[in-house]
Amino acid sequence: MDRWLLIISTLCFFLAMVRTVIAIKARNYRPAGFNFSAIALGFVFQTAFLSVRGHALGRCPLTNLFEVFIFLAWSVSLIYLLIGPAYRLSLMGAFTAPLVFALQTFALLAPIDLPHPRVSSPSPWLEMHASVSLIAYGAFALACVAGLMYLVQERQLKSRQINSMFYHFPPLTDLFAAITRLLWLGFILLTAGIAAGFFTGQPLPYVKIAWSLGVWIFYAAILLARHLGTTAPRRIAALCVVAFSAALTLLWGITFLSQAHSL
Amino acid sequence: MNLFCVGLSHHTANVETRERFVGHAAIDRILREKAGCTEALLLTTCNRVEVYAASAEPVATAQVARCLLAEGMVAAGDEMEAFYRHESLQCVQHLFRVASGLDSMVVGETEILGQAKKAYAAARESGAAGPFLHRLFQRAFRVAKQVRSRTGITRGAVSVGSVAVDLAEQIFGHFESRKVLLLGAGEASERTARALRKRGVRDIRVTNRSVERAEALAALVEGRAVPMEDWETHCREVDIVISSTAAPTPIVTRENLTPLLRDRLDRPLFIIDIAVPRDVAPDVNEMEGVFLYDIDSLQSIAQQSLALRRQQIAAGEEIIAEHVDDFSGWFVSARDRVNLAPDLPEGRLRTSGS
Repeated sequence: MDRWLLIISTLCFFLAMVRTVIAIKARNYRPAGFNFSAIALGFVFQTAFLSVRGHALGRCPLTNLFEVFIFLAWSVSLIYLLIGPAYRLSLMGAFTAPLVFALQTFALLAPIDLPHPRVSSPSPWLEMHASVSLIAYGAFALACVAGLMYLVQERQLKSRQINSMFYHFPPLTDLFAAITRLLWLGFILLTAGIAAGFFTGQPLPYVKIAWSLGVWIFYAAILLARHLGTTAPRRIAALCVVAFSAALTLLWGITFLSQAHSL
Repeated sequence: MNLFCVGLSHHTANVETRERFVGHAAIDRILREKAGCTEALLLTTCNRVEVYAASAEPVATAQVARCLLAEGMVAAGDEMEAFYRHESLQCVQHLFRVASGLDSMVVGETEILGQAKKAYAAARESGAAGPFLHRLFQRAFRVAKQVRSRTGITRGAVSVGSVAVDLAEQIFGHFESRKVLLLGAGEASERTARALRKRGVRDIRVTNRSVERAEALAALVEGRAVPMEDWETHCREVDIVISSTAAPTPIVTRENLTPLLRDRLDRPLFIIDIAVPRDVAPDVNEMEGVFLYDIDSLQSIAQQSLALRRQQIAAGEEIIAEHVDDFSGWFVSARDRVNLAPDLPEGRLRTSGS
């Protein structure tokens, strides 16, 4: 039954995506409430899915790669809904919906929803470590989306090829400010998530520690470059896209290879 | 009952002809007293002169045209050919198109709606607008609003100055803390600087070879004049440079800009070069964080916007067709009732129908 909730949620994100594509093709893109409403509805069904799954498991639903992907998609939607309207990033929905749709479609289609053998309740520190880290990834995903938007907008300005969506994008300086804030939000959450991992009382998985620290150092370097003012905003935006893509691939790889990652 | 529109516009008449038939404040009274109109409204803009009227008996186009002429003037034969006439539902459709900006010289311009509202308010005040014009114009305002909000007809800037300001807004968002440097004191620079000032720019610096001209322009745009030899120092501090000098070769080059931008990598620089020949070397656009637009690129964007607006005309026409269809129900029934009972109270017509 819980998979149906997820299918409905995925359809909501699909609708938001299709609406955007149609509007762009008609060269009449307006950041109407439709996208926001579709994403909000998709988020409600995501939450319902995680809640049903959590009740069934009696723990935070992060027991396999399938749930990790859904939790990540939920984090992306949550952060979009929280910061999208606040920072006038309504168009971000046009970029967020495809990302969430892709994550959930992959999770639904790939044979990764395998029951986890462990049944005992995990340590609250372990639950905190996993959930906070994934919410951090949600922030990094949105930084990646904002980075993509920055690159698209910057490309249009440089090439002087202005299309109908151009005037609906947030200004470059606002996008850069949003990228900075999202990077900080993700970085703080990731730091907290990693720190929580040391209090689980379980043997430390060294591959995971190395990967987590690698991601942490990568984002720390981006933030440092941003605040030293030695790197152009375009490069910071590109680094956000590279960092998230790399981190997501590694997350998938490590989780796939190491059953120890799940709770 | 006849509902009609007689007029001329940029489509049919040159500016000299439009000037001769510009009409006057008392036109609605004259149309009612001399031409037999029961209701009359004059809509004049720089591109059109139109009379919307209702009458019990047909009123000839020439009769309306005579009323539009200033006293003592006579219309030439070829001038009459410039007049168009729309009757009944064609008149309704025409007004909806005009109010929505579909018939404007710059498609999608919104000034026309304000002008139509003013014309309607004046006719209401003088008692020249009765139930037919009241219903017609109220609906036209609704239609215009819908066309604007449901299509992209008003989207994109269509003049060089407004394109430049819109681009600046897409780079910087807000202008309050932004600084602008005017290199040269050309007229186009002045217009763009004024537009930026209106949008909130507080710090405008003007530099020119002639100090007097720099000071004069600085006074006009509420900025301050700075010495020409210091332009590089100011360039380091500002966010927007508007250049329009008469220099025969580029004065802003990659070589002299590179050291100025070294410490401001995270702050974009928007350069608007409206000089011919150009003041800024084209390869400056390749520099990190610099966005250079010359007159050709600004004009090209204005043309793109206009083309995009034209693509939206069909969508606007669909909305208008729906409203004309809807309006026709009330119009035909009201017209029939007035034809059967010419003394029908005005209130009965206003409150019935769609």
